[in-house]
Amino acid sequence: MFHIYCPHCEDHREEEEFHASGEAHIPRPLDPQSCSDEEWGEYLYFRKNPRGLHHELWVHAVGCRKFFNITRDTVTYEIKEVYKVGEKPSVTSSEKNQ
Amino acid sequence: MTQKNRIQSGGRVDRARALSFKFNGKSYQGLQGDTVASALLANGVNVVARSFKYSRPRGIISAGAEEPNAVLQMGATEATQVPNVRATQQELFDGLVCNSTNGWPNVDFDVMGIAAKVGGSMLTPGFYYKTFMYPQSMWSTYEKFIRKAAGLGRSPRENDPDSYDHIHQHADVVVVGAGPAGLSAALSAARSGARVIIADEQSEFGGSLLHSRENINGEPAADWVQKAIAELATFPDVMMLPRSTVNGYHDHNFLTIHQRCADHLSDKAPQGQIRQRLHRVRAKWVVLATGAHERPLVFANNDVPGCMLASAVSTYINRYGVVPGKNLVLMTTNDHAYQTALDWADAGRKVVAIVDTRPNPEGDLVEDAKRRGLHIITGSAVIEAHGGKRVNAVSVASINENGESVTGKISRLQCDTLASSGGWSPVVHLSCHTASRPAWNDEAVGFVPGATIQNQLTAGGINASYGLGDCLKEGTAAGNEAAMNAGYDVSATAPELKVEAISEGAPMALFHVPHSRPTSRAPKQFVDFQNDVTAAGIELATREGFESIEHVKRYTAMGFGTDQGKLGNINGMAIAAKSMNKTIPETGTTVYRPNYTPVSFGAIAGRHCKELFDPKRFSAMHKWHSENGALFEDVGQWKRPWYYPKPGESMQDTLDRECKSTRESVGILDASTLGKIDIQGKDAREFLGRVYTNPWAKLAVGKCRYGLMCGEDGMVFDDGVTSCLAENHFLMTTTTGGAAHVLEWLEIYHQTEWPELEVFFNTVTDHWSTMTISGPNSRKLLSEICDDIDLDKDTFRFMDLREGTVADVPARVYRISFTGELSYEINVQANYGLYVWEKLFEHGAKYNLTPYGTETMHVLRAEKGFIIAGQDTDGSLHPYDLGMGWCVSVKKPFSFIGKRGMAREDCVKPNRKQLVGLKTKDPLTVIPEGSQAVLDPTQPIPMTMLGHVTSSYYSANLGHSIAMGLVRGGLDRMGEAVFYPQPDGSVIEAEICSPVFLDPEGERQNV
Repeated sequence: MFHIYCPHCEDHREEEEFHASGEAHIPRPLDPQSCSDEEWGEYLYFRKNPRGLHHELWVHAVGCRKFFNITRDTVTYEIKEVYKVGEKPSVTSSEKNQ
Repeated sequence: MTQKNRIQSGGRVDRARALSFKFNGKSYQGLQGDTVASALLANGVNVVARSFKYSRPRGIISAGAEEPNAVLQMGATEATQVPNVRATQQELFDGLVCNSTNGWPNVDFDVMGIAAKVGGSMLTPGFYYKTFMYPQSMWSTYEKFIRKAAGLGRSPRENDPDSYDHIHQHADVVVVGAGPAGLSAALSAARSGARVIIADEQSEFGGSLLHSRENINGEPAADWVQKAIAELATFPDVMMLPRSTVNGYHDHNFLTIHQRCADHLSDKAPQGQIRQRLHRVRAKWVVLATGAHERPLVFANNDVPGCMLASAVSTYINRYGVVPGKNLVLMTTNDHAYQTALDWADAGRKVVAIVDTRPNPEGDLVEDAKRRGLHIITGSAVIEAHGGKRVNAVSVASINENGESVTGKISRLQCDTLASSGGWSPVVHLSCHTASRPAWNDEAVGFVPGATIQNQLTAGGINASYGLGDCLKEGTAAGNEAAMNAGYDVSATAPELKVEAISEGAPMALFHVPHSRPTSRAPKQFVDFQNDVTAAGIELATREGFESIEHVKRYTAMGFGTDQGKLGNINGMAIAAKSMNKTIPETGTTVYRPNYTPVSFGAIAGRHCKELFDPKRFSAMHKWHSENGALFEDVGQWKRPWYYPKPGESMQDTLDRECKSTRESVGILDASTLGKIDIQGKDAREFLGRVYTNPWAKLAVGKCRYGLMCGEDGMVFDDGVTSCLAENHFLMTTTTGGAAHVLEWLEIYHQTEWPELEVFFNTVTDHWSTMTISGPNSRKLLSEICDDIDLDKDTFRFMDLREGTVADVPARVYRISFTGELSYEINVQANYGLYVWEKLFEHGAKYNLTPYGTETMHVLRAEKGFIIAGQDTDGSLHPYDLGMGWCVSVKKPFSFIGKRGMAREDCVKPNRKQLVGLKTKDPLTVIPEGSQAVLDPTQPIPMTMLGHVTSSYYSANLGHSIAMGLVRGGLDRMGEAVFYPQPDGSVIEAEICSPVFLDPEGERQNV
């Protein structure tokens, strides 16, 4: 069970307080109507599922209800960093060659 | 019954406190301090089980968690049955009742065993896969037979009378294992002031020191243990947990500790006591001091009772005062096991011979044995044991230097006990739970913990450091380091502990003792006793092409038992490696997973059972509903009134009455459970326009509007009425079950996509009690207790909201309708709910005010063709599929959620499944919900299905059945016939129609 630092509450809490909301950094297209069906399908359904570093969106569901991002290693389950929505990850897979 | 194997003195048992117990229906005596295993051995019980596949007699091998044979069914009553209890770990108590798991009719005379003797040679690995696969139709028959023969114990058929608990803890340092390494680690960490938890699976702390004959600081080791425990007890922040197995080491240094609080006291926990407790611990640092398991040697007939682990024999002698036989032969690959022969001789019994596989053993213990005149046969091995229910002789032969072949002639030694030691395997299980792989250590002949990302240290036997001095040193160092890493000052040093060093010669790596015949023709050489996996079986698996050790495991079933291969897996992996001409590290181990030993369901569930399994939510009017005969339905966690039967009424009678009274006069529904989300902010209106499919820009203050909510794929997932309370203030209602999801949905879009919008959301579901009065007399009824809202039909119009007082309680009143009748939804602060509800009934008697529940609500809304999201929708329908295109505004400038999705190619193609009304040909027939529509019921199976019935009821108001369902291209098939074949072979014919069965013009709600 993960031990997750909420960047809004500024405290470590048990995983039970959080929900995972899938891959982070998938912005809604600004003009959906100009997207082709294929582009819209990409946005809707296609996700990375990497072995190694993964940027994920989580929500402190039974805490502050705020969303935030986690960079997590999907092999070791290590949480490399936690950062707020709108911020960029500082740990990226290009730095650590998989 | 005499305890013929009990010696007069020594050990940690209390000879003054005799305990009686029953094994397989027979009464025996043991002593306080015994385990079931030591008591059985004291009584000379040889056979404790029959093996899984061949039904061979089996005896006790070990003295710990690795025991594969003495796995018992325990419990004096049906309710207290516990399966798969290891006799070696279960402390004896007076009145204990246990039975062998396998063996029918009993372990001494076993019918299956005779069958195995005839058919045994065909029971090779993969036997089940090869034999029982065909024909497939017979599998269910085979399965019953296999399960019966499998002998995995049984669960009780009555409820467990005991209570179980969970406790959540945080610790600076968790020490796993309280042997010499663990105790010294806990001491050094505790002295720094750190918060320490130390857990050990045994009844007492001390580990190997409980049966050791070594000294620490010139005193018996057990005395040092007592001092260590006494010192630990002086620290307020140290928790000592004996009888507590750390069964799982999970991510981010989270450990689960299974504490058996009362299992050693009685069959059922004493009144008021917890039976077991699960500690869920988040640790800053973990010190694993889990020690090592001795490996038995694999030789022919090594499963005959009387074949035991060397260290187990020492444990039984030194800790329990039990010598499990008269004449011992010891076979060893290492010096350490010589201690067993010395212990045996000290107990006054005969050591027939020590058979050492090494040509030139040397070391302090070897010299000791020589000095004592014990007969040592070097460069040799016991290649075969003889005997049925007990060893009576062994065959000894010389072997070559690498242990691969028999080189000399075979001689026979008479004995009743054969102790063997193939060296030690560090208990790396926990270190591997977090996906760290163990690393092979050639010198130690064993796997040690590999690299890890956890905050984990290791000490003692787990590192293959077996000398007592090394264990103490490593423990102290690990405890200090853990405490320092956790932020404590460890500068104060304690004096070093003095231990006499014992020099040991190098062990020999031997995992499979050769036989004069090839493995496949030699008598069975068991690797995994619990699953009857033999060396020949493993070799066969590799010959058949299984190369991965994980595949070998699954093909042979090695390590699949409740012991999870603790005793045999390393031998098995080594045999597989050799058979494939690979090294052991190349072959590797299978993956170790939690739990280390079996955990009872009670401990896993803790208090999360019965009333406390899941929270229940009740509306403020719940008491009234109960008192007035309501039956309840679970909707999410809510208990909602389902219907209110009167004496003598059938369910249909009740529904007919509730439906008719509502449409004829007035009915009332408790709608408090609907999700309510308060939305405020200057951009609230814009936000609503983005998440709902319909327009919100012009909704005036004091007005309500129905909205549909879709996902980005364009599919409907929730609906509800949202009202405008003020220019920047809205109240959204959601389905009862969808409330939490909708709130998270709003938040994710606000926080991640449109943070520039100034809008705030809060759940207010519990703040309000909501009662809906519906029917032609609802205005009259409301007017009796509401005098400050103008109820005139043209002033307070349909889809309006007003604030005022109802029964003198501040209220929001919405004129909205889910029944199609004139309807008012009265909302008051939740704690006034019951009061206002009762006031309505005071005044409602003359209108025959009728309470109705969810079932009547469903019928009334279905008469009007109103959908229920989640019942009539399933995530694959967009608004147009539901015939609700009127609720989609394509003109809104912002591309609202769902707009692009519902325009995808697949969503606009013809012949999609669409929601329509269904009128049965026989008006009284109600089509079962879920029935599948076909065009031609005579077509061959599998038929082409067009969609299913989503809602179906008998309507007393209309005098016929009504239904809604999905039909391919249904909106263009009005008037056509569809057929619903039923499981009993009958077919229900229906006509596709509009889902609005009653008052299509909507006049009734506008009166």
